Amino acid sequence: MSAGIERPPVIAPGYTPATVTDKISAVVLNKTPRWWYLAFGVSFAALMLLLLTMAKLLVLGVGIWGVNIPIAWGFAIVNFVWWIGIGHAGTLISAILLLLRQTWRTSINRFAEAMTLFAVASAGTFVLFHTGRQWLAAYWLFPYPNTMGLWPQFRSPLMWDVFAVSTYATISALFWFVGLIPDLATLRDRSRSLVGRHVYGMLAMGWRGSARHWHNYEVASLLLAGLATPLVVSVHTVVSFDFAVGILPGWHATIFPPYFVAGAIYSGFAMVMSLSIPLRKLFGLEDFITMRHLQNMAKIMLATGLIVAYGYAIELFMAWYSGNPFEQYMMHNRILGPYGPIWFCLILCNILTPQLLWIRKVRNSVGMLFAISIVVNIGMWLERFVIVVTSLHRDFLPSSWDMYTPTRWDWAFFVGSLGLFFSLMFLFIRFLPVISIFEMRTIAKGVPEEKPEVHA
Amino acid sequence: MSVLSRFFPRHVAPGIGKAGPREGGGELPPHLYGVIAEFTAAPALVQAVHRAREQGYVVMEAYTPYPIEELNDAIGHGPSRVPLLVLIGGILGGLGGFGLQYWTSAVDFPLNIGGRPPNSWVAFIPITFECTILVAGIAAVLGMLVLNGLPMPFHPVFGVDRFQLASRDRYFLMILARDPKFRAGDTFRFMETLGGVHVQDVED
Repeated sequence: MSAGIERPPVIAPGYTPATVTDKISAVVLNKTPRWWYLAFGVSFAALMLLLLTMAKLLVLGVGIWGVNIPIAWGFAIVNFVWWIGIGHAGTLISAILLLLRQTWRTSINRFAEAMTLFAVASAGTFVLFHTGRQWLAAYWLFPYPNTMGLWPQFRSPLMWDVFAVSTYATISALFWFVGLIPDLATLRDRSRSLVGRHVYGMLAMGWRGSARHWHNYEVASLLLAGLATPLVVSVHTVVSFDFAVGILPGWHATIFPPYFVAGAIYSGFAMVMSLSIPLRKLFGLEDFITMRHLQNMAKIMLATGLIVAYGYAIELFMAWYSGNPFEQYMMHNRILGPYGPIWFCLILCNILTPQLLWIRKVRNSVGMLFAISIVVNIGMWLERFVIVVTSLHRDFLPSSWDMYTPTRWDWAFFVGSLGLFFSLMFLFIRFLPVISIFEMRTIAKGVPEEKPEVHA
Repeated sequence: MSVLSRFFPRHVAPGIGKAGPREGGGELPPHLYGVIAEFTAAPALVQAVHRAREQGYVVMEAYTPYPIEELNDAIGHGPSRVPLLVLIGGILGGLGGFGLQYWTSAVDFPLNIGGRPPNSWVAFIPITFECTILVAGIAAVLGMLVLNGLPMPFHPVFGVDRFQLASRDRYFLMILARDPKFRAGDTFRFMETLGGVHVQDVED
């Protein structure tokens, strides 16, 4: 093979099942690094801010947010859609790439799945708390026999959303936990502390890795992957229905489902990239999360980013082609109206910046990839802001036109949700293996055993 | 055996019930669970399984640090029953999801919403789909656990100190004492000929 088309290996050479086991479990079993306390402390402080905001909201109501008529969906829905979209890359990596037998996914699937789970948790706080009186929301969200004899309205996309997101949360949690079982057994066998052996032992549920165990396990994993694949596509499709089924210009578009799903994967891969780059550095996991992983993720970002660009283009085209004055005004207002600068930022972040990924040099630069992934994360957040706010703030009746300005409690809730996400993430990377150990053993057994220079 | 040790993994307290290598034969000791051999490579384990099967042993367990496809066939376990459970779960979930919407919207409390029929089956598709996935997925996980006999915090094999390496880079084969062909001394000696590095008894 010529050097030009040679691919970097999935993991650095020289690893055996024994050394990958020791290296990954050492991250969990060794002493807590000092930076962890600082990082977790900052995240935990933000989480406390979330709890404070929630308490304030429960006492005073959603009036503490900047929402009002006509902009009844503000930060809560922007952030909900942003978080749930981020989650999608985890399922894509763990399920779709498993079905496609992409072995490179092994190094990143565990923490991408964890990211999914925590992103869905953060998304959940917004949908739960934007309902206003959360204690009354139960009867129109969940079909339980209540004293009023009422049932939820199943013809509404908002109900589909409840089922889609709660199914997604459940299946993601199960998929993640099932993936962890053999590794929990590994930690049970490696842990030197009594508490560690007990806790990991109980969680591993007596996993022994027998031929029968593995066989049922492999079949169950494949089936879960097969089930999660259409699920992940359905979730953001249903989220887009929340908008598309409404008759509001800017929402009422058939392009929404595919464009939302592509956007979700786009932002999700950006987040996986933003997380994996510092993670591999801090824990010295560059041999496992290699340049090949980062390059593959960059390529997927580029591809999904182009689908998103197509979505924007079609929105523009349809506004003109439909001949509908409301559609045309919506687009005009979106670009040249009071929120116009945000639209231009969105194009810069989501469409223009990622084009740098065409350049091989950029894909080979860890710093550039990190920067681009952060820009895309911001861009996808702006996209949701533009879709939610600019469509609502000038609706059909000019007398009700208004501006939306987030209050400090809006910002506190958003920062708090980041705190929830990162607190869970830091707990996860401290107490559970960030890379699937048993799957790495499967890869390591096939790696030619050259004498390594990369590790002692 | 105390209640506690039934519920906690045995290797939490190494030394309790530890079984050492036994020399020679003799009668079946009362607490013998099986004989276990340790291998350093996967092909050696697969070959050992084939040889044990040739010798007529049928009740055995092979432990590996990662899944090895041919091992399940070699050891004579049939195909997994997880797919059947997932199918049943999916059908029940789909029927349940649609049934819930049909019954609440068309039977128990029909409401005219935007002139749609009480049984608006098209609008019921997304939730039917989600319920199908949900129950099928739960069936996959619970089915896998039940078929594997998990959770089972205690197992005699955890009494073997070296078994901790089964989750690292060692491969184990255990012939259980309840195998009809099992004879304490003979089986032990047979396992020593399989090319493993270490053979020892496993106590119940």
